[in-house]
Amino acid sequence: MRRARRWALGGAAALCGALAVVTFASQSSGQINLGGGPSQPGGPAQEAQRPPAPDPEQVERGRQLFLEGCSSCHGLDARGIEDTAPSLRGAGAAAADFYLSTGRMPLDKPGDEPIRADPRYPQDQIDAIVAYVGSLGGPPIPDVRPERGDINEGFEAFTEHCAGCHQAVAKGGVVTGAFAPDLGEATPTQVGEAVRIGPYIMPLFGREQIDNHTLDSIARYVELTKDPVDEGGWGIGNIGPVPEGMIAWLLALAALLLVARLIGVRGTE
Amino acid sequence: MIRSAIRFVDERTGSAPLIRKVLRYAFPDHWTFLFGEIALYSFMVLVGTGVFLTLFFEPSLARTTYEGAYAPLQGVEVSLAYDSALRLSFDVNAGLLMRQTHHWAALVFIAAIAVHLMRIFFTGAFRKPRDINYYVGLTMLVLALVEGFAGYSLLDDLLSGMGLAIAYATTLSIPVIGGDVAFLIWGDQFPGADDFISRLFIAHVLILPVIIGGLIAVHLLMIALPHHTQFRGGGATERNVVGTPMWPGYALRSVGLLFATAGALFLLGGLIQVNPIWQWGQYEIYDGTNGAQPDWYMGWLIGALRIMPPIEPSVFGYTIFPNPFFGGLLVPGVVFTFLYMWPTIERRLARDREIHHLLDRPRDNPWRTAIGAALFTFITLIFLAGSADRIFVSFGIDYETQVWIFRVAVFALPAIVYLLTKRICEELRDTDWHPLREPPVMIARTPSGGFEGDGSAERPRDRAAAGGGRSRRR
Amino acid sequence: MRVPERIVLALLLAATAAAATFAVAYALEWSTQVLGLALGGALVAIAAALILAGKRVAPGEEVTEQRPKLADPAEERQLELDIERAGEGVSRRGVLLGGAAAAGTALGGALVFPVASLGPKPGDRIGSSPWRRGTRVVGESGGRIAPDDVKVGTFVTGFPDGADQRELGSPVVLVRLRPDDLELPSDRSDWDAEGVVAFSKICTHAGCTINLYRYPLFPAQSPGPALVCPCHYSTFDPATGGNRIFGPAGRALPQLPLALDDEGLLVAAGEFSGPIGPSWWGVRKRDS
Repeated sequence: MRRARRWALGGAAALCGALAVVTFASQSSGQINLGGGPSQPGGPAQEAQRPPAPDPEQVERGRQLFLEGCSSCHGLDARGIEDTAPSLRGAGAAAADFYLSTGRMPLDKPGDEPIRADPRYPQDQIDAIVAYVGSLGGPPIPDVRPERGDINEGFEAFTEHCAGCHQAVAKGGVVTGAFAPDLGEATPTQVGEAVRIGPYIMPLFGREQIDNHTLDSIARYVELTKDPVDEGGWGIGNIGPVPEGMIAWLLALAALLLVARLIGVRGTE
Repeated sequence: MIRSAIRFVDERTGSAPLIRKVLRYAFPDHWTFLFGEIALYSFMVLVGTGVFLTLFFEPSLARTTYEGAYAPLQGVEVSLAYDSALRLSFDVNAGLLMRQTHHWAALVFIAAIAVHLMRIFFTGAFRKPRDINYYVGLTMLVLALVEGFAGYSLLDDLLSGMGLAIAYATTLSIPVIGGDVAFLIWGDQFPGADDFISRLFIAHVLILPVIIGGLIAVHLLMIALPHHTQFRGGGATERNVVGTPMWPGYALRSVGLLFATAGALFLLGGLIQVNPIWQWGQYEIYDGTNGAQPDWYMGWLIGALRIMPPIEPSVFGYTIFPNPFFGGLLVPGVVFTFLYMWPTIERRLARDREIHHLLDRPRDNPWRTAIGAALFTFITLIFLAGSADRIFVSFGIDYETQVWIFRVAVFALPAIVYLLTKRICEELRDTDWHPLREPPVMIARTPSGGFEGDGSAERPRDRAAAGGGRSRRR
Repeated sequence: MRVPERIVLALLLAATAAAATFAVAYALEWSTQVLGLALGGALVAIAAALILAGKRVAPGEEVTEQRPKLADPAEERQLELDIERAGEGVSRRGVLLGGAAAAGTALGGALVFPVASLGPKPGDRIGSSPWRRGTRVVGESGGRIAPDDVKVGTFVTGFPDGADQRELGSPVVLVRLRPDDLELPSDRSDWDAEGVVAFSKICTHAGCTINLYRYPLFPAQSPGPALVCPCHYSTFDPATGGNRIFGPAGRALPQLPLALDDEGLLVAAGEFSGPIGPSWWGVRKRDS
């Protein structure tokens, strides 16, 4: 019986301890602005700032880096190589910055889906290559400020344009032939770049569908999805009924089957 | 005090003899006999928490503006149903606890039924005189699936709304009358008439619970009348029941299980989030989300719908089987028909029409166990197929490839499992091998006065044959 | 007090404390987590107490009962005789029973009829939409859509001006393809407006919204443009008029012919190429 007593006392202690921890750690008391984030009213969208005039030295440095690391697929003159890689003329600083800062480029094999990884270049080299590609024409790096956006507008716009592939809380998903990544590591600028250029097989959205203010709002919503309002407790990944079902079977039912085993008799003879 | 209480009741009802009989009722108490109780107690939690929820939920699709605590939805026009569900979650004290406990209870309720059904199947408890009760139980399972689906579809959130669209398409796919049936249920083309949600509500809080509750009463009565089944051994025969009396032993443990079930469900309801409708947003027919899944017990249907090839046979312009028919109706139809027919099938093929009160161990009937294992494998595979998109995201196996793998696996793997299981059961049965026990040894006295162990225990095969229930060896 | 009894008492006291904590937490509006932990904890503690009491505190015993006799032939025979007694002296039993059967069946059948009040006869409504020739294409907020609003690589959701946006046939998805990429069937060669094509946004498989669009930045190394449904991944090719290229859908995605009105803005040039939404028995009867 000593063992049983130890179990009971240990269990009671654990219960009290857990109660204490949770009590002090997670008190919410009628919050009125759950998920609102920094409550700054959305201001007028700023025009994408004109990029500073390219520094010729930086552009030249970028060109050298480009020749070393990118030209084998994109061509010495950045006009692309047929069936291997596209021309970068007109791709713009936005595209270059997106692909390099998310580590999607350089790509190991031309046919692979570019996947987020650690950037292969340090930031100053990225800036140089971006300056070079930007000098070839195309959209500049957008100026995305989540604090200027509206969270409601962001939720609605994200649901309309993005959730189909990226899932309602940006946890990622599947399209026939590829997967859409979760946005947990995407910076607001990267969100804006992807929206404007439509990397890989992602569609692009110009200002006719998503104007700069809406883009700020979407970025603000994406920030929220990195830490969604999990009022009900552990969010188990925020991807819906599959992990919920696993908890029901592997945690709840398993525990209750154990209780049944404790109550009943084992063995069939 | 007990004496006066007894007096009080007996003077008015004359039921002292009956209550005595009930209190001495013997419960064989193998632990697997408690699975049904887990389901029953989950149902009680469902009813209790459900009553609370009905006092707040507004089953209406009329529009209102949400002005509650969740910022991303403030000022947004939503349905009253969605709005009341949000308010239950954020603004009603203990509302989210009740909502989540209710939802977890539904998930565990059906899981417990599934485990209970497996126990019934693999021990042959469905045989006469309990075949009627088996049908009652299966019917409750079907109703529970519908009830759960109806419940989470009430909230008009994006996830469940997508599920309702698929339910509409599956209804439409019924040959000839699908359109009529769908219009009767929805009242119009999807998303349906204005009163659809209130209809679903009445089905969920009144019609289905009353039917299920009535069937539960029948189910319990049909257990009590012939008394519970039991395993062999320990003096058990076909004519007696050996076990713990209802009072005090069994009642205390059983009520303990009730509290354990309720406790587990409330712990889940408070600590682990389920169905966060505010994260999905409200349902609109022109919106959707990737990774949309039904609650677990419908997952087999989404798997079947996904791996079905795009066949839609039509003749003379009439589409005999719209594609959702195969995954959404045929697969569950075949499975449930098989389950309903199983007692009859086994009676015929095993030529066994006896009354059985003693249970088989799964190994005692290799054929039945193998078929059950094969069916379980089939169902598990289509469940997995339903999560192929997450498998792609987590493990990198291309989605289209998985579809082909599953199409082959759902036929090949059950066949393999059947053969393997049958072999294993026969081995176990013939050697009476138990992983934690020594094999029994027969000791005989030799004529010269010594003892010898001849190493052959009373063979379980012979024992099974002697104890009643001639299952033909296959 | 014996040890198991002490443990049971301790558990019951713990349950009391937990239940009190729940009441306090409720009054002070603490979080759902605290409420659940307290209430659940109380219930689990009582469960442990009861189970321990049942196993170790209350006297344990095993009883053997005789099973009630099932299938008693003598009683069954008596029952049969009891029931048949009703028929003694009745002259035309068969006819009366037949009449009763007819009445019962007819009443049962008649009572089913009010079920039909639940909904209208589907008729043409199943696959219908509010789009007609000349209906203007507008966005969710009601603003008209111009072809230039739909650039190559993007997708736009459109609605019929003046109709209910929540009707199944209302939402359409608009995409633009380059002239080289467009391969519409010959009877739909003028269904695009400057390369912009429109399709029903409702999947023909099971009615989910088609809100995935795949458009390659570099076509040589990526799958081509496609409209994809997130439910079961039916994939449709806008270039060839909505043909299914993957997935379980049994029909192509219905296409809406587009034209430009006097102001150069998008309007429908007719109705959909076929019924919208999931298939049913008569879906192919209306294919035009």
